[in-house]
Amino acid sequence: MLQKIYDWIDERVDITPIWRDIADHEVPEHVNPAHHFSAFVYCFGGLTFFVTVIQILSGMFLTMYYVPDIENAWNSVFYLQQEVAHGQIVRGMHHWGASVVIVMLFLHTLRVFFQGAYKKPRELNWIVGVLLFFVMLALGLTGYLLPWDNKALFATQVTLQIAESVPFIGEDLKILLAGDPEIVGAQTLTRFFAIHVFFLPAALFALMATHFIMIRRQGISGPL
Amino acid sequence: MSKDKKNQVSRRQFLNYTLTGVGGFMAAGMLAPMVRFAIDPVLQPDEGGEFVSAKISEEDITTEPKRVAFNVEQVDAWYESTVEKVAWVYKQEDGSIIALDPTCTHLGCFVGWNDNENYPEHFYCPCHDGLYTKDGVNVPNTPPTAPLAVYEHKIENGILYLGKAIPREEA
Repeated sequence: MLQKIYDWIDERVDITPIWRDIADHEVPEHVNPAHHFSAFVYCFGGLTFFVTVIQILSGMFLTMYYVPDIENAWNSVFYLQQEVAHGQIVRGMHHWGASVVIVMLFLHTLRVFFQGAYKKPRELNWIVGVLLFFVMLALGLTGYLLPWDNKALFATQVTLQIAESVPFIGEDLKILLAGDPEIVGAQTLTRFFAIHVFFLPAALFALMATHFIMIRRQGISGPL
Repeated sequence: MSKDKKNQVSRRQFLNYTLTGVGGFMAAGMLAPMVRFAIDPVLQPDEGGEFVSAKISEEDITTEPKRVAFNVEQVDAWYESTVEKVAWVYKQEDGSIIALDPTCTHLGCFVGWNDNENYPEHFYCPCHDGLYTKDGVNVPNTPPTAPLAVYEHKIENGILYLGKAIPREEA
């Protein structure tokens, strides 16, 4: 049955070559942990992607209950965690995943660095990777405010002070982020929500696509 | 046919230029409102400090710093609330009034006057032992790097009114 559906579609739009491009490719022996156990270090990039997928999915579901409003944000988080079935698990995935993804990203970076895999012709992909790292940190930073508890508020005050310390544009940058020259409040929360849920993921997707296309173009770097 | 054929714009080039121009114009028309929308808070005019009553009469202000709590109506976009602020008010030696903002310039805790027995006659911050002399100037070799901010103030009908807290430069 499934095969028939696949064949029906394939006959019309010829999806097999697309599928082959995406998934069907040789994994060199030196990156395969089945051959050399030490090759597990090559898994960290994939694990980063895996955790990112968890973050995207759990985040999508969290917005079914969350509201970015200073009166209700904390209550909505409390409700979804205490009253909604499996709320603790879904929020827990997003909360812990945020930390795990940074750890995986860091291990992946270390592997690429110590293997010298960033060298020519892969310099551009290193740069894209660093941008991905920044986007990921920014996601963690903006997401931190959303539960709107004391820890979130004061962490964000520190964040805004850091932004303010940028030379020349610091003051404007802070207002742009906070939405108000002095108050960390209603506008700050909606802005951080918008950045966390729309702007940064858009940047993340674009950079990830670039990252992966370049890997396929250039292949995995050779053995040490 | 003109002679300097090289300088002529070909039909294809002309179309490329026009389409790029029109496309750029459309993109700009789309983006301009969005960008202006996003940066609106940055372009808001700086609201001049409104003065609110500190509910203390001039006569009650002595040379000893006194903790004065006053309420400010705060407008945060669509959310309006009453926020309590605190000032330490006293008369300086020349008789003029000064109102200090107790927010520590180190990391933003609240300082208190004369409330730590080890540091009499000082503003003391309980978080990291920050110290300020009576005029609000930070004591060297304690965490704060700048003096306490000073509230704008005025006297109306013998009542003290306070405005915005103005930060002071590093001493």
